[in-house]
Amino acid sequence: MRHSAAPLPSVGSLWQACRQHSLFWPCVALLGLVVLNGGFNPGFFSLSWRDGHLYGPIIDVFNRAAPLMAVALGMTVVIATRGIDISVGAIVAIAAAVAATLVGGSLVIQDGQQVYVTRTSLPLALLLALAAAALCGLWNGLLVGVGGIQPIIATLILMVAGRGIAQLLTNGQIITIYYAPYFFIGNGYVLGLPFTIYLVAALALLMGWLKHRTALGLFIQASGANPVAARLAGINAPLLIVAVYTFCGFTAGLAGLMISANVKSADGNNAGQLLELDAILAVTLGGTALAGGRFSLRGSLIGALIIQTLTYAIYSTGVPPEVNLVVKAVVVLVVSLVQSPALLARWQSRGAPAA
Amino acid sequence: MQRPRLDAQTLPTALAAALFSLMFLGGSLAYDGFFSGQVFLNLFIDNAFLVVVAVGLTFVILGGGIDLSVGSVVALATMLLAAGIERWHLHPALAMGVVLLGGLLFGTAQGLLVQVVGVPPFIATLAGMFLARGLCYLISIDSIAIHDPRLATLSQTRLSAGALGEVSPSVLVAAGVVVAAAWAAHRSDWGRAVYALGGNERSALLMGLPVARTRVGMYAVSGLCSALGGLLFGVYTLSGYGLHGLGLELDAIAATVIGGALLSGGVGYVVGTVIGVLTLGVIQSLIMFDGSLSSWWTRIAIGALLGVFCMLQRAMNWWHRRHQSQRSA
Repeated sequence: MRHSAAPLPSVGSLWQACRQHSLFWPCVALLGLVVLNGGFNPGFFSLSWRDGHLYGPIIDVFNRAAPLMAVALGMTVVIATRGIDISVGAIVAIAAAVAATLVGGSLVIQDGQQVYVTRTSLPLALLLALAAAALCGLWNGLLVGVGGIQPIIATLILMVAGRGIAQLLTNGQIITIYYAPYFFIGNGYVLGLPFTIYLVAALALLMGWLKHRTALGLFIQASGANPVAARLAGINAPLLIVAVYTFCGFTAGLAGLMISANVKSADGNNAGQLLELDAILAVTLGGTALAGGRFSLRGSLIGALIIQTLTYAIYSTGVPPEVNLVVKAVVVLVVSLVQSPALLARWQSRGAPAA
Repeated sequence: MQRPRLDAQTLPTALAAALFSLMFLGGSLAYDGFFSGQVFLNLFIDNAFLVVVAVGLTFVILGGGIDLSVGSVVALATMLLAAGIERWHLHPALAMGVVLLGGLLFGTAQGLLVQVVGVPPFIATLAGMFLARGLCYLISIDSIAIHDPRLATLSQTRLSAGALGEVSPSVLVAAGVVVAAAWAAHRSDWGRAVYALGGNERSALLMGLPVARTRVGMYAVSGLCSALGGLLFGVYTLSGYGLHGLGLELDAIAATVIGGALLSGGVGYVVGTVIGVLTLGVIQSLIMFDGSLSSWWTRIAIGALLGVFCMLQRAMNWWHRRHQSQRSA
C-alpha cells in the first residue's frame, strides 16, 4: 500500500509508520553513534578532496566496515535459513593465505628498475582464493544440508580446523605481499571513493536483486520460517542450504581478499579473528532474527556500520581500544533488551490502561 | 540398576573411549617413552582446567543451550586472581573465593538473560564473552605474573599416585568436580530436569519441572566451573593474562561433542566429556612426541575428529530410527 493513497498523512501517522519500520531502531542506533562521534570529534563530518580521492572519517568508516559488511551479507542468508556459520573468520584466513601464497611478489630488475611481479597471474590468484573460500562454504553446506548436522557444530569443524589449514598453507608464517596491483582491492580508489565500497555495493545489489526479483528470497524466507511447510510446498531445501552456505563462504573469501590487500599480508592465525561474531552481531543488530525466516540485507549493512562507527568512536575518544570489547558487550545487551519480546510484553501490559 | 548397554546414546561415548585407548596404544608403539604412567597422568595434569571447564559446559549443552563465554571467564578468573594477590594484596584463599563467587554470578546473569529476557543463548553468552575479555583488559593489558610464594609452592606440589607416577593437586580438584558433576547429572533432581529440558522444553514444562530455575542453574554451574578452571589455569601458569584461554570454548565444545553429547541437548554423559578432553590431550601429546609435525596439525586433527564424530552421531540416529520403525511395523 502506498502512503500517497491516503488523503494527506498527518505527521503523527507518518511517525507511527516510521517507528513500525523494521529498520527504525537500527537507524536510530547508527544515527546516535554518528552524533556521538560528531560530538567527540568535530572533524568527523569533514570531507576533503585530495589527489582525486575523497578523504574523511566517514569514508574511512565505510572502507573499514567493507569486509564486515560483505561477511554480514553472506551470514544474513545463512541465518535466514535457521543456520549459522561460525567458520567465516577461518575462511577469511584461508582465502587470504591462498591469495598471498599465489600472489606473493618477488623482486626483479626490469629495464634497469626494480619491480615486483606476481608468482601467478593476479586474476587467476583471485579466482583460486575465492574458489577455495566457496569450497569451504560448500563443505559447510554439504554437512548441514545433506548431512543434516546442526549448523553451529557443522561450521565449528571448519572454525577449528580452518586456521590450521591456513597456517599449513602459509607454513605458519605471516606472508607479506609485495605485488602492488593486489593492494588495489583493499586500498584502491575509483571515482574518488574506495574500491571496497563498490565491491560491497555490487554484492548488496546482486543479493537484493536475487531477493526481490527472483523467487530465491521467498524460498529462503519460507524454508527458514517453516522448514516443513517449505518442503511440502516443493522447495528443495538441501540444495538451497548448500547454495546459501557456499555463497556465505564466497563472501568471506571476498572479505579475506579485502583484508589481506589492506594490510598487505596474510596471517593464518589472526586474519579475521572474531569476525564471525562481529558478523552475527551485525546481522542481529540489523533486525534479522537468529530463529530464521524474514531477513533484511539493508539491516545487516546498517548493523556492520554500527559496529564500525562504534569502534571509530572508541578510538577517537581516546579510550584504550581494549575496552572496545566491553562496549560491544553493552551494545549487545542493550539491543537484546530493546528487542526482547518478553520484556516488551511485560512493559506493554503494564502501560496498557486497565480494561 | 540398569545394565549398561550399547545403544545410540552410549555408543559415541564408548567409541570415544576406544579411540582414546587406540591412540594411546598407537603412540606407545610408535614412540619410545610414550607408554608410561607419567605420560598418562600428564594428560590429566595438563588438562585439569579443561576438564573442569568442559564438565561445566556439558550441563549447558545437555540442557539445550550453549555457553561461548567459558574461555573468556577463564581469562578473567586468572586476571582477578593475579591482580587480587599481586595488586590488591588479598589472601590467596580470599582471592579464590572472590573469583568463584564472581564466576557464579556471571553465569547466573547469563542464565537470567536467556531465561527471563529471552535472549538466544548464543547471543547472551557472546555478550558475556566480550564482556569478560574486555574486563580483563580493564584490569591490565599486560600479563600479571603471580609471585606469591604460597601459590608458587602449590603450583609445584606433586602428589604420589602410586606406581603410575605423580599428579598435581589440580587433578584432585578436577576429579572431585567430575564426581560431583556425574552425581548431579545422573542422580539429582536438578540433573534429571536438565536432561528433560534439553530433550524437549515443552514436555519438561508440562511435566511441572522448574524449567526457569533449572536453566538459570545450568548457566550458573557453567560460570562457576569456568571460574574454577581459571583458578587451576592461573595456578598452573602462575600468571593472569587477558589472552589466556583464547579459543578454549571451542576445545570445550569439541570435547563435549567427541564425548558423545548432542548439541541439540538431552543426550550425553559427564564421563564422555572427560574422555573427550583426554582424547584432545592425547592428540597434543602425539604431535609433541612426534616432533616433526607442526602445532597447527593439532587444530586440523581436532577438526577432523569433530567431523567424524558428528557424522557418526547422524548415522547412529538414522540407524536407531530405522531400527525402531522396523520394530513397530
